[in-house]
Amino acid sequence: MNLGNENRRLSRRLTIVAIGMFGFAFALVPFYNQICAALGVNSIEEKSEAPLNSQIDTSRTITIELDANAHNLPWRFKPMVSEVKVHPGELAMVEYEIVNVREAPVTGQAVPSYGPQNAGEYFKKIECFCFTHQTLAPGETRRMPVVFVVDPKLPKDVSTIAVSYTFFEVAGRGGKS
Amino acid sequence: MSAVADTHAHHDDHGHHPTGIMRWITTTNHKDIGTMYLWFSFSMFMVGGVMALVIRTELFQPGLQIVNPDFFNQMTTLHGLIMVFGAIMPAFVGFANWQIPMMIGAPDMAFPRLNNWSFWLLPPAATLLVASLFVPGGAAGVGWTLYAPLTVQMGPGMDLTIFAVHILGMSSILGSINIITTLLNMRAPGMTMMKMPMFCWTWLITAYLLVAVMPVFAGAVTMTLTDRHFGTTFFNAAGGGDPVLYQHIFWFFGHPEVYIIAIPAFGVVSQVIPAFSRKPLFGYASMVYATASIAILSFIVWAHHMYTVGMPLVAQLYFMYATMLIAVPTGVKVFNWVATMWKGSLTFETPMLFAIGFLFMFTLGGFTGLVLAVVPIDIQMHDTYYVVAHFHYVMVAGALFAAFAGVYFWLPKWTGRMYNERLGQIHFWLTLIFFNMIFFVQHFLGMAGMPRRIPDYHPMFETWNKISSLGAFGMGLAQLLFLYIVVKTIRSGEPAPQRPWEGADSLEWTHLPTPPPYHTFETQPVIK
Repeated sequence: MNLGNENRRLSRRLTIVAIGMFGFAFALVPFYNQICAALGVNSIEEKSEAPLNSQIDTSRTITIELDANAHNLPWRFKPMVSEVKVHPGELAMVEYEIVNVREAPVTGQAVPSYGPQNAGEYFKKIECFCFTHQTLAPGETRRMPVVFVVDPKLPKDVSTIAVSYTFFEVAGRGGKS
Repeated sequence: MSAVADTHAHHDDHGHHPTGIMRWITTTNHKDIGTMYLWFSFSMFMVGGVMALVIRTELFQPGLQIVNPDFFNQMTTLHGLIMVFGAIMPAFVGFANWQIPMMIGAPDMAFPRLNNWSFWLLPPAATLLVASLFVPGGAAGVGWTLYAPLTVQMGPGMDLTIFAVHILGMSSILGSINIITTLLNMRAPGMTMMKMPMFCWTWLITAYLLVAVMPVFAGAVTMTLTDRHFGTTFFNAAGGGDPVLYQHIFWFFGHPEVYIIAIPAFGVVSQVIPAFSRKPLFGYASMVYATASIAILSFIVWAHHMYTVGMPLVAQLYFMYATMLIAVPTGVKVFNWVATMWKGSLTFETPMLFAIGFLFMFTLGGFTGLVLAVVPIDIQMHDTYYVVAHFHYVMVAGALFAAFAGVYFWLPKWTGRMYNERLGQIHFWLTLIFFNMIFFVQHFLGMAGMPRRIPDYHPMFETWNKISSLGAFGMGLAQLLFLYIVVKTIRSGEPAPQRPWEGADSLEWTHLPTPPPYHTFETQPVIK
């Protein structure tokens, strides 16, 4: 093969490389988008994963036994479940149900008690029906939540906490709250 | 031009070609084309230099006094584009045209007509760039990196810039294909790859870099063009694009581009230092491998120009360590140049002075580059005058000093006449002193927090800026001395011997008379 042909062949190959690299610039566009998606950078929406609670002590499981009493009240009062198992530090919710069986409105206030007694300071309530007076219309049924966290500092020997709510009538309030 | 034409007329022993202007327009001779490249480069160097002086005049004192901020932005942009694509790159292509065929014993470049085209694409591109100053809205004032989204919003000056970049890229690619083909196919019998002069090796590697990355830049500005006029949204966030994507594409081109500028400069210095040390180049093979390593590494470090765009920590760490790795082959090269001089029989004529100036100043620029590679430091220094100082140490004291070394080294061969050694040395010392006056103090400005590309500054920066501006005017005047030296050499220099530098041993010195005839090596020499 003579030199002229050899030169032309080489220049053709180099031209193809140059054209290929022009295409490569455009190939960088989808490549860039893929890399950004893979690395999780540059997405316009905020990531929606729930914030992670790093303070849950999964090595322990605490049984919460739920109890409900109505002291001299015409109410039927009971927890929806009789016990739940939670890890210390974990946010949990339980529900109670009250039914007013009297033909008149009644106002009551719940008071919690704990067994063992000193567990009360580790049972942190974030939301509870016991924080306020509850007024029920005649025959009304109401479901009410308790949202709580068991403090991870709970002494090691405690594995069960009994939580008992007792409703007392708020004297003289009748149906007014 | 006429001065050059006159001196070439008497070389013309058996060439049959048109005379006058048609000779230059239609020429396919590598020597003529090399000469045109060099003169084109010098005139662009003057244009870009005047723009630099406009910038330095505005920055002589705080406040806005000479130009408005828009025009200042246009000056910084055009200064960068013209110096990179109009001055430095064509200068080294000019050296390649003159020297490569003579150094490898070839009669001419592989594709002489293509060579003519490669050159004649340049003046229209330069015209587009300069003409963009006069369209409504003025030239592109976005910085030489042409970052989106500003480029998408600019006036018609931006379109002219985009077309200029397309044409310049086309010229570089055609020139590179020509150079690769010449070097691979047209070497004289016995001239193996590992016997080629170092300058030829550096150009082979540079030409491959150009073929690989100039099209990527062309792609980036094409995307800008379609974003501007044809409704695409590559870089427009409103349409799902991303301006940061532009920066990635640009620097994928841009980092190899800085080596495209630096590597031929390494080649020139690798010819000059052995000649004036009267010793062969130390570690020739390691020089070849180090240059190739630099070229390959240049493709995988681009994002160190953009640490502040908000990339993941692992990416920052990767680009930091990869960038620092480049210091290893570069260190090999600097070591080899120093080792070449070690125990050599040194003389300090102008080419050697410029080569040693290159060695000192380029290494300093390399060190500040290493500093800037460190992510936490770079985040502080990003877009300050420290960066400006850094890249002018590698572009001016690196590439430009090497180009001056090359001109003084080969001018006797090209013209057949000796330059005035005394004036040459004065030119060197003026350039060296004024260069450091301009740019050394900019390190201080950058570390104190002065941002680049801003026409105004806090009064506390005034002293260093005054020194820098005075240095700039001195450096500009010193280059008029260079023009005078070259013109005087061509017109009335002493006749030069065939081999004015006794240590120079490549084919153009050993096999060709001074000045070389219009056509050389029509029968190739045999290399033992």
